[in-house]
Amino acid sequence: MAEPGRRRVGDGAATRRVLLGTVLLITAFAVLAPLAVIFSQALSRGLAVYGQSLLRPDTLHAVWLTLFTALICVPVNVGFGIAAAWTVTKFTFPGRGLLLALIELPFSISPIVAGVAYLFVYGAQGLLGPVLQAYDIKIMFAVPGIVLASLFVTSPFVAREIIPLMMAQGREEEEAAVTLGASGWRILRTVTLPNVRFALLYGAALCNARVMGEFGAVSVVSGNIRGQTSTLPLQIELLYQDAQATAAFAAATILAAVALLTLVAKLIIERFDTERERLTASEAAPGSTSLRPGH
Amino acid sequence: MFSVIPGFRLSLGITLTYLGLIVLLPIAALILQAADVGFARYITIITSPRTLASFQITIGAAAVATVFNALYGLMLAWVLVRYEFPGRRFLDTLVDVPFALPTAVAGLALTALFAKNGWFGAPLEAWGIQVAYAPAGIVCAMAFTSIPFVVRTVQPVLEDLSADLEEAATTLGASELRVFCTVIMPAIFPAFLAGASLAFARSLGEFGAVVFIAGNQPFRTEIVALLTFIRLEEYDYAAAAAIAATMLGFAFLMLLTVNLIQAWHQRRAIRED
Repeated sequence: MAEPGRRRVGDGAATRRVLLGTVLLITAFAVLAPLAVIFSQALSRGLAVYGQSLLRPDTLHAVWLTLFTALICVPVNVGFGIAAAWTVTKFTFPGRGLLLALIELPFSISPIVAGVAYLFVYGAQGLLGPVLQAYDIKIMFAVPGIVLASLFVTSPFVAREIIPLMMAQGREEEEAAVTLGASGWRILRTVTLPNVRFALLYGAALCNARVMGEFGAVSVVSGNIRGQTSTLPLQIELLYQDAQATAAFAAATILAAVALLTLVAKLIIERFDTERERLTASEAAPGSTSLRPGH
Repeated sequence: MFSVIPGFRLSLGITLTYLGLIVLLPIAALILQAADVGFARYITIITSPRTLASFQITIGAAAVATVFNALYGLMLAWVLVRYEFPGRRFLDTLVDVPFALPTAVAGLALTALFAKNGWFGAPLEAWGIQVAYAPAGIVCAMAFTSIPFVVRTVQPVLEDLSADLEEAATTLGASELRVFCTVIMPAIFPAFLAGASLAFARSLGEFGAVVFIAGNQPFRTEIVALLTFIRLEEYDYAAAAAIAATMLGFAFLMLLTVNLIQAWHQRRAIRED
């Protein structure tokens, strides 16, 4: 933000107008238009048709399966995120850097590659294929496969949000709690988690949005059996390929609404978070200006 | 392990077990499967005309999308950090839309926009430009899904930049453009490069958004991720393993690049302190 009384590069009226205008114009075309077109297309044949499209049995089933997957993946990855963050921020040990890189690894891997990799573990021709077949356990092209692939894709989200914050906060508070005789669980519950609660919430919201919207990995492992293993994004593709555009856009509005709610949650969380930062600013440790990765 | 805080073994145990089962096991299975293919056959698969064409299309489109996002992202970061204007917070939130919106929904929306009778497609059609079901569509889908990377890496660095050097340069008579090129750009360059690399890596692996808009014709608009998917559907597991392992290799390479750039950036930050 511009400091008052100091003129800096690019503060000239002409530069400002050109840059701001260009950015706003591109953003309107590149970000706002895609959002708007989803709702416009979904409602293009009226509210009644929109309602009917949402209540199709196969779409409802996809909604249910998507919620079910999120209901498993989000708590599991919150648990993993807390354990991973506790390990890498409260302790120093050889291989810590490597572990950090491993935690973030799924971000760099294409969802399609993740799906293929899972197929080579649990598919008929995979590592565990013969064993699973012998016991008649079905993971691929079934709900467990969808859950596993979603876990892979979204595992870093919570960890990534809370690790930089816990790193910056250091270990002093936890160490003080230990001296006072608190157990590990009690420290986690009463010291560590309250300190990162907003980042934790936002990580969970992002994880949720990504689980519900995952397409590539899930389309490999689900087999896309209509009314059985179609999550919402897959259902959108099925409907679209059937030339049922309105129904596809109606289903898309559900996911778009989830995305918008996630962003609203972020705005609210940030508001509370800056207030907390302002309150604790005086006691913040010097040099705690970590490179907080955007998002 | 140097810490009085309890719970090291438990938390490390949970973390390693989970990472092992959910992340490392599938990656190892993919590498094993690809190793099974054998070197000669791997080369045949990767150098087949259709595979090569898909790599060419994917890398080319990702490069163009990254150039767009580098320029747009830099301007966005600049506007968000340097200017105060109504709706700044709203714009800042909009930047995250491509991350929050599922890729399949993005693909569907972009296809509707660029279809022959769409909001963008109709005017472009009059100019004789086709985007949907053409290589340009792939670029659009990749560009959309990777918008936030450059913005979010450059933004914090630009915020921390002190005004002193800039003022000194201006006082000594340097033009605004010269100050930007010789004072500001060098300071934000590592972050800028890291963001662009992340955007490029994401574009290389993008699937959901692209398959809707690309039309998916072999040799023209078929990306690598889709070819992998097609090989799987044909039960050609050797080809799927070979291509997926190559994509994995690219991902590791990009990860290494980003980490090297960030290490360079941190070394510089420490030196400047």
